[in-house]
Amino acid sequence: MLIIPCPHCGPRDEIEFACGGEAHIARPLIENKISDADFADYLFIRDNPKGIFLERWRHSAGCRKWFNLARDTVTHEIIEVYPTDSLPKKAAARTSYSSSWRRHTVAEKAAKIGKHSQTEGTK
Amino acid sequence: MAGVLKISESHQVARIDSTSRIDRSKPIAFTFDSRTYSGFEGDTLASALLANDVHLVGRSFKYHRPRGILAAGSEEPNALIRLGKGAYAEPNLRATQIEIFEGLYAESQNRTPSLKFDIGAINSVLGRFFPAGFYYKTFMWPAAMWMRYEHVIRHVAGLGKAADDHNDPDRYEKTYKHCDILVAGGGAAGLMAALQAACGGARVILADEQNEFGGWLLGEADIIIDGNPATSWIADVVRQLKALQNVTLLPRTTVFGYMDHNFLTLNERVTDHLEKRPAHLPRQRMWKVRAQQVIIAQGAHERPLVFSGNDLPGIMLAGAVRTYVNRYGVCPGKRAIVMSNNDDAYRTALDLCRAGTTVLIADLRAKPQGPLVGAARDAGIEILEGHAIIAAYGTRRVARVEIAPVDNSATAITGEILHRDCDLIAMSGGLSPAVHLHSQARGKLQWDDAKLCFSPSATHEPSFNIGACNGSFDLATGLKEAVRAGTKAALATRHNVISLTVPDVTIAKQNWHPLAAWKIPNGHLAGRGPKAFVDFQNDVTASDVMLAAREGYQSVEHLKRYTTTGMGTDQGKTSNINALAILADALSNEIPNVGTTTFRMPYTPSNIGAIAGRDIGALFDPVRLTRMDNWHRSHGATFEHVGQWMRAWYYPQESETMYEAVNREVKAARTTAGILDASTLGKIDIRGRDASKFLNRLYTNAWNKLSIGKCRYGLMLKDDGMIMDDGVTTRIGENHFHMTTTTGGAAGVLDWMEEWLQTEWPDLEVYLTSVTEQWSVATLSGPNAAKILQDAGIDIDLSPVKFPFMSMKNGHIGGLPARIFRISFTGELSYEINIAARHGLALWTHLMKVGSAYGITPYGTEAMHVLRAEKGFIIIGQETDGSVTPHDLGMDWIISKSKPDFIGKRALARESMGNDNRKQLVGLLCSDSKTVIPEGAHAVFDAEQPLPMDILGQVTSSYFSPNLNRSIAMALLKGGHGLMGKTVYFPMLDGTVLNAKVVEPVFYDPKGVRIDG
Repeated sequence: MLIIPCPHCGPRDEIEFACGGEAHIARPLIENKISDADFADYLFIRDNPKGIFLERWRHSAGCRKWFNLARDTVTHEIIEVYPTDSLPKKAAARTSYSSSWRRHTVAEKAAKIGKHSQTEGTK
Repeated sequence: MAGVLKISESHQVARIDSTSRIDRSKPIAFTFDSRTYSGFEGDTLASALLANDVHLVGRSFKYHRPRGILAAGSEEPNALIRLGKGAYAEPNLRATQIEIFEGLYAESQNRTPSLKFDIGAINSVLGRFFPAGFYYKTFMWPAAMWMRYEHVIRHVAGLGKAADDHNDPDRYEKTYKHCDILVAGGGAAGLMAALQAACGGARVILADEQNEFGGWLLGEADIIIDGNPATSWIADVVRQLKALQNVTLLPRTTVFGYMDHNFLTLNERVTDHLEKRPAHLPRQRMWKVRAQQVIIAQGAHERPLVFSGNDLPGIMLAGAVRTYVNRYGVCPGKRAIVMSNNDDAYRTALDLCRAGTTVLIADLRAKPQGPLVGAARDAGIEILEGHAIIAAYGTRRVARVEIAPVDNSATAITGEILHRDCDLIAMSGGLSPAVHLHSQARGKLQWDDAKLCFSPSATHEPSFNIGACNGSFDLATGLKEAVRAGTKAALATRHNVISLTVPDVTIAKQNWHPLAAWKIPNGHLAGRGPKAFVDFQNDVTASDVMLAAREGYQSVEHLKRYTTTGMGTDQGKTSNINALAILADALSNEIPNVGTTTFRMPYTPSNIGAIAGRDIGALFDPVRLTRMDNWHRSHGATFEHVGQWMRAWYYPQESETMYEAVNREVKAARTTAGILDASTLGKIDIRGRDASKFLNRLYTNAWNKLSIGKCRYGLMLKDDGMIMDDGVTTRIGENHFHMTTTTGGAAGVLDWMEEWLQTEWPDLEVYLTSVTEQWSVATLSGPNAAKILQDAGIDIDLSPVKFPFMSMKNGHIGGLPARIFRISFTGELSYEINIAARHGLALWTHLMKVGSAYGITPYGTEAMHVLRAEKGFIIIGQETDGSVTPHDLGMDWIISKSKPDFIGKRALARESMGNDNRKQLVGLLCSDSKTVIPEGAHAVFDAEQPLPMDILGQVTSSYFSPNLNRSIAMALLKGGHGLMGKTVYFPMLDGTVLNAKVVEPVFYDPKGVRIDG
């Protein structure tokens, strides 16, 4: 059972937390019309890497705040805790972020204002 | 008790004079298999039985062979005992770990009718027909027969019998603890490490599974530490530890689990050893410990040798024999043969010899030498070098053996067979470090080809392995490691260290490199001759392992599951390495290449009661009660669980059945007035600049234009377009809303809203507060609802024009401030009266009193369900299951076309959502109007079709409607919206078939004319 360093309450037992799965899944803006298949990347497809995984946690039996965590799925080492609206700072965690297949999905691009999708032929 | 009086010490024929750890001034009478025996305080059940010359203590799992006591500790595979009577009975306890007390009651297991005569032993004669994988091979075919086979197998298989009364009367506790350093194991190394770690002030927990600290040293007679016998050194260290405030000593406590981030679970047997158990103490206590550093000092297990007949009672591990002689003052035999591949067993031979036993040593090694060998020769013990016991014989105890010279690797017999009589064999196949905790914590192992064992290499968690569990069998080395680990652990937890001197050890020097001899030949072809057991508890023989290898089971994990070796309550503590080595040999592979099976918690079986602790019965889960709960109880309500809430289900009067009571309540709500305790509905107070913007994104319909004081029904979807929850939300002010959710969904909905606010739309300024328990809610429903409110003294104009449907007003009832919503879940004129929680009961009793003139009737959740079903209103979790969209329920009207986005909008546009064959909500009218189709019944078009039938869908709600005087039902059917007027069939479990007509799911007042009363 992990000890998780809540950014607001300090280190606490895992039983106080709820895991929210993969972090950094941007929600496509509906005006950037994308295909069902691309939308499925956002809705259904989740990563399950061996090694560093960036995931969302909530201190559900504490301050109830969401935060992000970089955790090694092999060793369970917690590498970094950082706010939901930012990227990790440690190099290994940053690599995990930038090397994810998700960075290249249409769904992620479609989460930004002004970016358009394949279906609108801007690519 | 006459039986006790007859007991005298003289029955303990195997008792010897020695400086043992038992208290001979405190005799104890106990019962084993209806016979009374005597022992002494300090005895285990095993040592006391051996003292009474009882070796036969159980029958084996598969062949029902007679089995005795093999070991002296927690690794015991054979001597499994059922302890206690009635509800207190507990099976599969190891006799070697049970401390005896006056009146202890124990039974042997797995025998019918008695231990000495067991009809199951016929399996042993038929043993050739029960090879490895017997069940897999025999009971595979025909598949349909498995149910019948299983019944018989379950009866025959298994170990002990659980208590007949499954309500465990004992009390258990759990406790949580943080410490700097946890030391697992209180033998020589553990004690030394704990002292070193603690002397600088670190908070240390030292846990050991035995009743006293000292581990294996307690069973040694010839070891001197710092000039005194080892036991004096132990006493001195324990005294020093006890004097330290920062040390918690936990004897009788097994560290049984080691999880991530140094989280360990301990089981403390608090009163199991006591005759009279104080009421204030739990029977067992589970410790959940978070340690910064862990020092593992688990010790080692001795391995048996694998020769024919090695499972007979009277054949024991050499180290265990030594423990019985020295610690318990019991000599388990008069004519002993010590069989060994190493030096250590010589110490057993010497101690037996001193105890007056005639000893013969059969040493597998061709030229054993060293001080211990010399000492044995000097003591006049006969040593047969390069010899092995190739077979042991006896009926209920070993009586004679065949000994033969063997070659260097003990694979072939090289000479004449000798015949010897004996009543004890002390065998030693070398030591296996107990790497269980280290491995549970995902530490790595490496094979030591000289010591013939796996020992820890890299640790995964912040921990140290010291002493025998680290492969350091030599005491002096173990103590050095202990001081080093204690120092390092203290420094790692930022504590001072006062360096202690490593104690000076005087012990005969011994060679720790045993001879590799895994399977002793018996002069027969492979697989023939008397059985040679690898795993005693699971009756796995060497030939089973070799057969499995021939049949292609090359992975040790497969071998384990196919032969069952290493399973059971001992998890192969004595057998795993032997099985592995024999498998490796059969595969012509190296042991490290074959690998080990996974070590999992618990180290030894742990009582489920201790794991549950006090979280049982009423304390298993909190129960939530409304403020009106006492009224419901005193008026005879029955209750149902809704989430954690207890809700009044129905209120039977006198001899009413549930059916009669519900019908009466349902009718009252439509003819005069019913009153429902709706306090349990989830309520969330929503405030902030962007509250309406947020609701617009959360719900499928539009919320911007809802005016203050108006209510609106909303559906919440997940982003996959599936319905998640529903409820009515009311605008209290420009930036203030009051949301209601389902009773069971309240916490989940709040979490859901928080998640979106925090992680997706942090730019929105919205504040959420759960106010479920701040409001008591009474729902008054029926044509007379307004009249009752008038009579109750309300200061609000209730005319439908002034207070229309789907609006909210603040006012007073009987002087109490209230917030009243004109919303309806029954289709009748209805008021949901919200009042400060503390006034809930006052409001309820006031309305009941005033309403009595109108025949006001309290109704429960069952009547509420019937009333809403008559109107075709859905219930989340009943008409929905996480795979249902608004369109499936015919609720397209609630999906805003104009809103740019809401949660689930994009998913609803997915191609598959338009499929006409999705399950859709319909109403059903059973052809027999008095028959209520069971909820969950599956619908088909053709009940005569062959199996498996083509299922259309299932009934989601089904009731008898007293207002319509007929049964009604709702169902989710494939393409249901297109099936109106068609007939569908429901094959029942009893072979009958019901049929029903598909209709619109609104059965009562479809035009909604009753809403204004």
